[in-house]
Amino acid sequence: MADEFRTRLQAKLKEGITEVRTKITHPMETGARRALETGKLIPAHFIEEVKFEHNGKVVMSADWSVGISKDPYCAFKFKGGVEGDTVTLTWKDNKGNTKTEAVTIK
Amino acid sequence: MNLPRRTFLKGIFATGGAMALGTTVLPQNVMADWQTAVEAKSVTEAQKALFEGAEITEITDENVIAIKLPEIAENGQVVPIEVTTNLDKLESITILAEKNTVPLVAQFNFPDPEKTVGSVKTRIKIAKTSNVVAVVKAKGQLYAARRELTVTLGGCGG
Repeated sequence: MADEFRTRLQAKLKEGITEVRTKITHPMETGARRALETGKLIPAHFIEEVKFEHNGKVVMSADWSVGISKDPYCAFKFKGGVEGDTVTLTWKDNKGNTKTEAVTIK
Repeated sequence: MNLPRRTFLKGIFATGGAMALGTTVLPQNVMADWQTAVEAKSVTEAQKALFEGAEITEITDENVIAIKLPEIAENGQVVPIEVTTNLDKLESITILAEKNTVPLVAQFNFPDPEKTVGSVKTRIKIAKTSNVVAVVKAKGQLYAARRELTVTLGGCGG
């Protein structure tokens, strides 16, 4: 269960700008696909909310729909981070699953 | 649903109208209705739900808003997209896909102006050849750029 939704997070500092990148293992099921065997609709299962914090303060937050690809990838940049600072990612999906991952800026 | 706006307006009058009411100001705490927007069947409908009919300025200058997409997407399930903007006081970037069953794809919010850099990358599903729209909210104003993406294999299970 621990690695069911493996969340990789990386924060790299270059010339004063920190680039945060994440890749999350998640089906991002739209709810419009049918299972081949049964013909039944596979229920929607997707990450709805994403929140990134830098030293405890939200630096970016996002709302996602089923339109984000399976195993979502996301990257953004911010100013004011220094090596050793903490960047945290918390995400929540429509089934109530949630995960938090933390990383230090390198 | 209109409560936050009324509270905001009460605040303006309480401070003796200190804010210049002559210009159009988009209240920061307007209840942008994500749930309604995500159920919208068109980009226009989604924008109306998110931005409450506020004016959106079309941008064609890539220095202001740039949407980076592949020339052709062979796999519509995973289309890399990067949106960059040089607009000052960036608040959010919203991505929509014209012909998707769910046109609203994502909204990225930047709450800390001191730290904000106008750049976001992700991977999205595009159902068929269509326009991808990026709406940027900066300094309370809305701007939109669009870019056509050609898809050779549909991305939404079709």
